[in-house]
Amino acid sequence: MIDELIVLLGKAGVLVEREDLIPYSFDATAALRHAPRVVVFPRTAAEVSAVLRVARRHKAPVVARGSGTGLSGGSVPVEGAVVLCLVKMDRIIELDARNFTLRAQAGVLTQAVYDAADAAGLFYPPDPGSMRVSTIGGNVAENSGGLRGLKYGVTRDYVMGLEVVLADGEVCRLGGKCVKDVAGYSLKDLFVGSEGTLGIVTEVLLRLVPRPAARQTLLATYARMDAAAETVSAIIAEGIVPCTLEFLDSRTIRCVEDYAHVGLPVGAEALLLIEVDGHPAAVADDAARIRALCERHGATAVRLAADSAEAARLATARRSAFSALARMRPTTILEDATVPRSELARMIRFIQETGARHRLEIATFGHFGDGNLHPTFLTDERDADEMRRIEAAMREIFEHALSLGGTITGEHGVGLAKKGFLRQQFGDASYGLLKAVKRALDPENLLNPGKIFDP
Amino acid sequence: MTKTPSLLRSLDYSVLQQCMHCGLCLPTCPTYLETRNERNSPRGRISLMRAIADGELAATRGFADEMSYCLGCLACTTACPAGVDYGTLFEAGRAEAERSGVHSGPARSLVRFLTLRFLLFRPWALRLAGRLLWLYEASGLRGLLRRCGFFAVLPKRMGELESQAFPVRRRFSDAIIAPIERPRGEVRHRVAVLTGCIQDIAFSDVNRATVDVLLANGCEVETPRAQSCCGSLHVHNGDLETARALARRQLDALDPGSYDAIISNSAGCGSHLKRYGHLLADEPAYAARAAAWSSKVRDISEWLVEIGFRPPAPPRSGAPPLAVTYHEACHLCHGQKITSQPREILRSIPGVELRECPEATMCCGSAGVYSITQPETATWLRDRKLRHIRSTQALVVATANPGCQLHIQRGLKLQGGQLGPPLRVVHPIVLLAEAYRE
Repeated sequence: MIDELIVLLGKAGVLVEREDLIPYSFDATAALRHAPRVVVFPRTAAEVSAVLRVARRHKAPVVARGSGTGLSGGSVPVEGAVVLCLVKMDRIIELDARNFTLRAQAGVLTQAVYDAADAAGLFYPPDPGSMRVSTIGGNVAENSGGLRGLKYGVTRDYVMGLEVVLADGEVCRLGGKCVKDVAGYSLKDLFVGSEGTLGIVTEVLLRLVPRPAARQTLLATYARMDAAAETVSAIIAEGIVPCTLEFLDSRTIRCVEDYAHVGLPVGAEALLLIEVDGHPAAVADDAARIRALCERHGATAVRLAADSAEAARLATARRSAFSALARMRPTTILEDATVPRSELARMIRFIQETGARHRLEIATFGHFGDGNLHPTFLTDERDADEMRRIEAAMREIFEHALSLGGTITGEHGVGLAKKGFLRQQFGDASYGLLKAVKRALDPENLLNPGKIFDP
Repeated sequence: MTKTPSLLRSLDYSVLQQCMHCGLCLPTCPTYLETRNERNSPRGRISLMRAIADGELAATRGFADEMSYCLGCLACTTACPAGVDYGTLFEAGRAEAERSGVHSGPARSLVRFLTLRFLLFRPWALRLAGRLLWLYEASGLRGLLRRCGFFAVLPKRMGELESQAFPVRRRFSDAIIAPIERPRGEVRHRVAVLTGCIQDIAFSDVNRATVDVLLANGCEVETPRAQSCCGSLHVHNGDLETARALARRQLDALDPGSYDAIISNSAGCGSHLKRYGHLLADEPAYAARAAAWSSKVRDISEWLVEIGFRPPAPPRSGAPPLAVTYHEACHLCHGQKITSQPREILRSIPGVELRECPEATMCCGSAGVYSITQPETATWLRDRKLRHIRSTQALVVATANPGCQLHIQRGLKLQGGQLGPPLRVVHPIVLLAEAYRE
């Protein structure tokens, strides 16, 4: 098989040495590792198709990979895997300023998509924490969220079309530039969030929006976590929809400040990072109302970012939260249990109690506006007893989230990390439907097998 | 090299574990940018080191190649939110590669011995070599050999190496700086100045300018004779043993307690000098003194801003405008996290218009002896750097490290006049000293 792959892609496009493979044995998920058999770097959909045909002939599983920043083990290789690394398919093909669309190959970085849109006076809103590194293809495969979910939604809301290579090597183009298009099933949507189990996304057609004329960032400090949660409810009840509404607890604040030096109030119990955007007059009005609401609900201080540079520094600092928490303990396990916004305060209290009950260190931050929390376990993977307690705590947290009408994963995907909990969330009938879809599209179970669910 | 126990296995494992492989380092790593192969990235290299520490991988040739390919620019440490101490890992990785001996051969061992253990170990030997290099150039021998095509008949590698020979100053630091110099007015601070190795023979004017500027700001300056190499090239090339010997010698010669600050003007040296405390932490006889030393070391720009340096007065006739761009030496911005101070100094100079260079914090490819060991990548990075420098249309490139200065100068020389007007490459402190003189 290796020889055939080399014939296809040349020696430079195929990695087989141990020193080359070890660095592809993980993504950003803690404690999951497995070396692949080979790593290949296709440059076109035709090459992806040819690789899939070779792999199929040899019954080798294929794991798609972008920059390897996933948080559920979606791109961690399985036994004997061909890792299909798409980072060299990194061309932005077209920016259509009349239709507000951008067409890009799968390996283009999310940041590059944002920058290209920005340069044309447009805006690509989804901004996962890893956007400076992550690829757009990976974002589509995981249906990544980000800080702006509350107002702007997630990756799915911006995918208008896809080019997908199926398990048998067929290349399909799905969707298009029409805002209205009801021809046939919305097949593109099947592939958004499919985690590389149904096909390989090689090209994406994205929807852009006009760039908001003004933005304002506020930072509200709290001595009590509950006060922060109440503020969020009050903001939403007022009918204000901020673009981001981020929450950081005291541990997270300390770690982020330690890294980013952006003047976060170290010692505060909770922090809200709020951004509003839109028409300048509306932004000014929203910011003033939010400020008043924060103060009314017990904020000890409210700071307004002086300019866009400071606002950008604060957002970047917030995006580093997960990584910055790694300063505390050797292993950092990030979760993303998500509940309807109204249940947020209850969920956070439950997480805190659960952590205490199991004698665990948990830092929590997340997207308060959309109910997407990131309880983060600070631990050491070599401590077997502590790892068992984490597993127990995690199970309780997921069960509680489900009982509140939530989900086991808001934006990271199921991958390997959460597949044990999926059936419970889905129930037998829908779980069976998942498998039926998989069987229809990948009957030989070669695309990222064992991810999301076992066949 | 003697067989010491595996450095990666004896390393505190938590340093390796600190990397949680989020990948935020990837876009800042020059070698990953070049290949987009994970192995050539910080988290990839750390995973290889971890595999060695775990006993899953031996220190193979592939590993040694990888450690040699890493520039050691430390851009990843600036990008890393998790606070991974890649500097320590890099040094241990390179030392592990040397220990394994997979790269060694008689010629390489001889070159390593001559440079790391002879030339850079004995100040007199380095100055003698510098003198010979100067004579070679000044006597016209080099030009003669070049004209008659001598280098073309040498093996390619030797010819390339010859072309790396740099211009040497006629007079070195000790000929133009007195052992102790006092400021005209009141003595506000007592400092020692370290003159470096390459800085001393190629840019003794930078050392003179450093002393001038310190004097102008009320510092009494002691410049010890016959200084040793700081050892930074040694740690970067996997010779920790010699690096420790050099650090001990430095500490024997200079008592940090006698000075308010120990000044370095070479980013690479300064970055390493600040790590003596770490380097000698396990040596009871030196640990305390080394820690005191580390706390006293300052880059010249850092020190000037710390003591509130005097901005130069504008000349009577008005200063002519001068467009200057700033290339950040890796071991200043990433190694020492010093980014605002050199800019503050440049902005204080009458007439200077500071134009930010795109990718200012990206390595220029000099990286110690990288331009000799990895010429292709070094040239690729230099071309990229020169493109960005040219895009600012500045006429002066300020940079605070002799390696960068030489590498960029050489690149501009190779370009000739094809891509724009001649540019001056200079240490910011030289510009400040000139402004004080006016």
